[in-house]
Amino acid sequence: MILKHESVEIRSSEDVVKVRQQARTLAVAGGFSLVDQTRIVTAASELARNVSVYGGSGTATLSLVSENTRTGLRLVFEDQGPGIPDIEVALKDGYSTGSGLGLGLSGARRLMNDFEITSAPGKGTKVSVTRWK
Amino acid sequence: MEKIPILKMGRFLLVTIQVDMHDRLAMTLQEDLTARIVQDNAKGVLIDISSLEIVDSFIGRMLGGIASMSRMLDAETVVVGMQPAVAITIVELGLSLAGVRTALNVEKGMEILHSLAPAGEEAPGHDSQT
Repeated sequence: MILKHESVEIRSSEDVVKVRQQARTLAVAGGFSLVDQTRIVTAASELARNVSVYGGSGTATLSLVSENTRTGLRLVFEDQGPGIPDIEVALKDGYSTGSGLGLGLSGARRLMNDFEITSAPGKGTKVSVTRWK
Repeated sequence: MEKIPILKMGRFLLVTIQVDMHDRLAMTLQEDLTARIVQDNAKGVLIDISSLEIVDSFIGRMLGGIASMSRMLDAETVVVGMQPAVAITIVELGLSLAGVRTALNVEKGMEILHSLAPAGEEAPGHDSQT
């Protein structure tokens, strides 16, 4: 069940800031601890930047969800960019096709509880991460 | 254009990051700081991040970059005021921040800068002190 839901269009590095702010607002609304809020906002920042840098543009959908008795914050990032040819490789620490540190995907995965990625060359990329309270 | 202010305090430069920085703003700060180190003949840079709610890989890279670049220009960098939740997240994210010196607060950071760059080290006849 979705309790709250926000959507942010990502086109520039300013929009990455917007995604961070929305993620913070929802994490506070969901009653997450300060450390969890910080994990969620940091993961949101990494994944939103990936959309802006590699996907060109895309969408972040942030939802506060409830499943049985637990509450979670789910962040879904979608772009119609070039896609990732080899996801295994892209998930390795330090791997980057850009100028970054290569910690975006692997770091976001460590900061959150659930992590799902679907991508194919020419088909864009969709990353979904959830942190449970 | 939006900028993060850089203050001069004797031989040191002081930066307090109080806004949620987008990536271009972070890059501008890095460039402005290196220019100011040379222009002001600064021996140290103190960066207060106590208002920063997160340090992601981009900001981490910027802090590391500032530390390396200032070292090339004969200045030391100390990052102060990191929030505990930020420290936890940085480690989990996988950032090492190698080469970035940290202190708990501005006062301790200034002590470190004073001990790393003691007064009276400037070459004779070259005094940019105010």
